[in-house]
Order: sequence, then structure tokens, then C-alpha cells
Amino acid sequence: MSFINYSSREINCKIVYYGPGLCGKTTNLQHIYTKTNPDLKGKMISLATETERTLFFDFLPLALGQIRGFKTRFHLYTVPGQVFYDASRKLILKGVDGVVFVADSQIERMEANVESLDNLRLNLAEQGYDLDRIPYVVQYNKRDLPNAAPLAEMKRLLNPKGVPDFEACASVGKGVFETLKAVARGVLQDLKQMSR
Amino acid sequence: MHDSQLVLYDEDHRRIVAVGQLLVRDANAKGIFVVDRNGQLIAEAGEMRGIDTTSLASLTAGCIAATGGLARIVGEDEFPVHFHQGQRDNLHISLIAGRMILVVVFDERSSLGLVRLRVKKAAAQLAKIFEDIAKRADQERASGAVSTPFAEITDEDIDNLFSV
Repeated sequence: MSFINYSSREINCKIVYYGPGLCGKTTNLQHIYTKTNPDLKGKMISLATETERTLFFDFLPLALGQIRGFKTRFHLYTVPGQVFYDASRKLILKGVDGVVFVADSQIERMEANVESLDNLRLNLAEQGYDLDRIPYVVQYNKRDLPNAAPLAEMKRLLNPKGVPDFEACASVGKGVFETLKAVARGVLQDLKQMSR
Repeated sequence: MHDSQLVLYDEDHRRIVAVGQLLVRDANAKGIFVVDRNGQLIAEAGEMRGIDTTSLASLTAGCIAATGGLARIVGEDEFPVHFHQGQRDNLHISLIAGRMILVVVFDERSSLGLVRLRVKKAAAQLAKIFEDIAKRADQERASGAVSTPFAEITDEDIDNLFSV
């Protein structure tokens, strides 16, 4: 749910990074945080366990610039990927404007990817959203690993509708900003369309 | 899905801040924050300038969401009031009209009883304001008169955001 504030001339949108455990959602946000001009970002919050697994969410507020005199801010969230944190994932999807699905390219994680994507679709539906109708992009992360599945196979399994998708290696930043830009663009285009 | 988009005009903001300022004064509070359930800061009043309000809003919404989930597990709809006691400062968090969250920060100059009392009155006033905002949004949608700054943006505007 975007929030348009005429008083402070700001528009705020919420983007959620979704995906199976250890696929690199937090790493995406950490890279964005590290590489963004300090003037454009707020504090990154990670609610994590002692072993640095996401417990509730990571949060990073980001200012992209101005459109028609309005400051455009994106609030980036990750969900906890581990299967048993499903209640938390549902909460974080509330009010979402755009989704990034981060897939783990390792062949042995393909089942986890498919399960997480099904879970995303289901949890969105519970909130009244349809994955096919909201701004949505897919990122194939960890492409650098030797056990990465063929891209065509991942596309077939995880992106049959052909939404914008990107190969990435989030640990070194490859593909991270391309993914973010694509989903942000989708959110803004969606706002434009609904304004008509 | 976009039915619940929140559009806040200057006048709305002024009304909310006016209620907030009165609450700060009447409750002897350090500050108040109005946050929506999705984690966006709507308004603030009081003496707590300089704190990270974006994080405060996001974490408050997360806290309300998590305890709301807990409430449903034990058979409640919500826990509409939360109180966090600190060594110096305390937080009183309450749900307003099921959609907004009112956070009051107070220290030893006030008391939980006073804050609860004053919040009750302010919450009713804020609920009325948000009801008005929701009604206006419904009317605008029904009449097709929804106008946002994004109606006329071009693809070039969007591209320019990313070229910086």
C-alpha cells in the first residue's frame, strides 16, 4: 500500500524480498546499504538470531530521488526464509507494493525455491493480492557457484510467466541493483496506471 | 489491491498534528507518533526531534503485527494497547480504528494512568480524522476523481530516478 503524503511531499512504497532460507535476501539488502550514498539511506535494521539468520525481518529505507516534486522513498523488507517462520512472512507481506523473489541457484535448493514460491503465492492471496497482478521480479542468485542449475531450467520452474528476471551474485553485488531498479520501476509504473 | 492506498493532504496532517500536540501537553509526554499498520510514519509531535522516526515506525508496525498474530493464536482479535516500561522512558502503544497506531513516549514527568486517560480522548479524535480520510478516499474512488502526482509521470521521469 503506497502512502502519498502531500504535507511532506513524499511517496512511500514497500518492497519485500522473498525466497527460501539462505538464498541471499539479507545479502541483497546489505549490498544496497553498503553501496548507497549515506544521504539517500536510513539505518538498516536486522532482527536476526544469534547465528545471523533473519528472525523477523530486515528493513532498509531508501530515497531514490524526486518525481514531480515528490520525494520517492522505498522501504525494503526481507522475510525470514526458514519454513517454520511462516506466520512472520505473512505479516511482512501486508501492504506490499512490489515483490522480489530471490531464488537460490544451487541445484539441491530447487525444491526449496519452488516451495517458497508456492508459499509466496499463497501468503499473498491470503492478504488479497495476486502475484500475477503486482509488480514482481525474480532474481537467480548465486550464479557463480559450481553447482548452479542451468538458467533455462530455473526460468522454466520459477518464472513461467516471464516477469523481469536477473542473474545475480549478491555477495559481490552482481545483479543486485538491476533487480532493485526493475522492481522499483514496476511499482512506479503501477502507481502511474492506477492514477489514470 | 490498491483500495487501501493512503493519501494524506496538508489539512489532514494539520488536524492529526493538532491532536498530537494537545496529547503531548495533556499527558505530559515527551512525544507522540502516529504510524500506519504498514510501517509508515504519518505524523509526530513533541520534543523528540532527531530520533530515527523511519525505524521507529517500521519497528512499531512489526511489533503490532507480531502481537496481533499472538492475539489470534490465543483467541483474541487484537491486543489493542501495549505498554513497554524502560529505565527512563516508557512507550504506550495503542491501535486506532484498527488501522493506525498511536505511540506515546513518556518519562517520570508523567504516569501510565495519565497517559491512558489522555490517549482515550485523543484516540477518539484521531479515529474520526481517519474515518474522514477513508470516506473521502471512497468518494474519490467512486467518482473517479482520484488524483495523485503520479498520474502524469512519464517513463522518462522514472528513468531519471535511476540515472542519478
